[in-house]
Amino acid sequence: MHKHDLGQAARKFAKVCEILEKYDYKSDKLVPILQAVQEEYRYLPEDVLAFIATTLDISPARIYGVATFYSHFALEPKGKYVVRVCDGTACHVKGSNPLLSEIRNRLNLPKGKTTTPDLLFTLETVSCLGACGIAPVVVVNEEVHPLMTPVKQLR
Amino acid sequence: MERLLYKGNISGKSCKTQHDINFYKKQTRKILADCGNINPEDIEEYISRGGYEAAKKAVTEMNSIDICQEILNSGLRGRGGGGFPTGRKWLLAQKEINDKKYVICNADEGDPGAFMDRSVMEGNPHSVIEGMIIAALGIGADEGYVYVRLEYPLAVKRIKKAVEEATKLGILGDNIFGTDKSFMIHVMEGAGAFVCGEETALMASIEGKRGMPNPKPPFPAQSGLFGKPTIINNVETLASVPGIIKNGALEYRSIGTKESPGTKTFALTGHVVNTGLIEVPFGTTLREIIFDIGGGVTDDEGNLDPDGFKAVQIGGPSGGCLTAQHLDLPLSFDSLTSIGAMIGSGGLVVMNKNTCMVQVAKFFMQFTQNESCGKCVPCREGTKQMLALLEDITEGKADEHTLEILYNLGLAIKKASLCGLGKTAPNPVLSLLGYFREEIETHVMQQRCPAKKCKSLLTPVVIEEKCKGCGLCIKKCPVGAISGEKKQPHFINEALCIKCGACIEACRLYAISEGV
Repeated sequence: MHKHDLGQAARKFAKVCEILEKYDYKSDKLVPILQAVQEEYRYLPEDVLAFIATTLDISPARIYGVATFYSHFALEPKGKYVVRVCDGTACHVKGSNPLLSEIRNRLNLPKGKTTTPDLLFTLETVSCLGACGIAPVVVVNEEVHPLMTPVKQLR
Repeated sequence: MERLLYKGNISGKSCKTQHDINFYKKQTRKILADCGNINPEDIEEYISRGGYEAAKKAVTEMNSIDICQEILNSGLRGRGGGGFPTGRKWLLAQKEINDKKYVICNADEGDPGAFMDRSVMEGNPHSVIEGMIIAALGIGADEGYVYVRLEYPLAVKRIKKAVEEATKLGILGDNIFGTDKSFMIHVMEGAGAFVCGEETALMASIEGKRGMPNPKPPFPAQSGLFGKPTIINNVETLASVPGIIKNGALEYRSIGTKESPGTKTFALTGHVVNTGLIEVPFGTTLREIIFDIGGGVTDDEGNLDPDGFKAVQIGGPSGGCLTAQHLDLPLSFDSLTSIGAMIGSGGLVVMNKNTCMVQVAKFFMQFTQNESCGKCVPCREGTKQMLALLEDITEGKADEHTLEILYNLGLAIKKASLCGLGKTAPNPVLSLLGYFREEIETHVMQQRCPAKKCKSLLTPVVIEEKCKGCGLCIKKCPVGAISGEKKQPHFINEALCIKCGACIEACRLYAISEGV
């Protein structure tokens, strides 16, 4: 590899090394490690996963298994704004479905996709946010919007 | 002053104190007593209310067997759903001889419609930590984990802060309360998997693996986290512990029923006037909860509807739906199990008469199907097939055999699944088949949805008085099912209609109803 490329690669993995350092290079801390990586990159890039596998001396298959098992982890980049619609029992009973399709329409999301092509919005559903008293609930990034109706404007 | 007071929504009378409000009058707040009354981010406030006295008593005056025995005598049962006697679990782990033992607080409250644990962790995190310290002393553990859902960022923040403050004061860490005992707590966030609420799956997740359950035995009390004896208790269970140690098992038994002593928090939501967190003694009836505390059932617009009650879903996706006939049943672990439901973690979702029970069952099946980890076949494939059968019913493709297959499949999944998720997944459907037989048969035999919620079973109908015969719906109908002369009421041909709803949307006079 060219010297310049090496420098770039080192820079790219510097953050990951920091995270691994923090968790003592322990493979049983894999879930918190991946959480920290996702917070940094907004998703889990494949080369970073491979790097972690080599460093922790576990197989890439195991990391892939963990990364795909938990719904929080994303293998594709997420949008700048993550819109999460709660579809728990209370929200469902109070009409989260019409809400979801309205947001889909407004974002003009292509079928089968959850992120807009300009990487601005990601639309997700979550099983319950534990805020059932103010159902239906929509969370944009960390901001909670209670008692939503399909008409209430979203940003 | 008068105008600022809360007015009862039925009586219209002003309430001078909290105890005058119906919502609070019937409650017995033990676990929630301090939630909202103390600053959860300040340990001094918890201590000033007698906090950590129980832990101090446990560490200085009691030995490990005394602690376990006291909890056993109190009759405290696991609040996470199973209702296993907490004291017995602790004694099992206490008997194990090992240099390392763990205490885990299960705060992975994933049931949709439940938020009791979140409220306790956000409102009084130190009570949970104190419970964990006592548990650790009881079994002889020196390390503990709190496994919190990632969807609860505030709970994570507060419990982390609480651990930090307790460590600073020497309540956690090495030589707690100046003795030779040590106990430290780690806080771990989940990553969005419902099955991790199952204890063996939760431990796998802490170990950095996929959160899949393992067969029991060995029980966690014998071989748990990293192969060491481990006890896992729910947030609410642990929050009940300090009170028992402080005031004694007898006092704890003075509330609740003989088999299920103490109080239980419920998350009351859905079509009910007062939604929110409540705490009542075991033995309280559903009627008291829904009509006295909850203030009655509402219609879809949120207005009080005296005869609106249809069902109440208890215990989330692993529980069942109860009907009007169960309203006077005293709630306890055993009374609910006997009628095919369970307390679960304590979610109570009230549903009014406009709710379609088949849709509700489908919703829960979809949830468990999504969250099934895929390890054992009955749960992975069975829930998928059950969901497909329910979809057949809501889409009008079911026949007379569907219900029988659904029932048998449900029993098979219950029997053969590996963990609690699969074993309880068919409950919502089985209780539907038991208590709402008529409604589901109407769906299958007459292809009709009494609550008018299953779109595929509704044929739009023109309301003749309103239709001016403009022809807009004729133009919009993709299959040419609508006919009629200009300025005369139109007609929808049921045989051709594909129930897409385009005509309903097109009509400007609201002259087409969703149908029957």
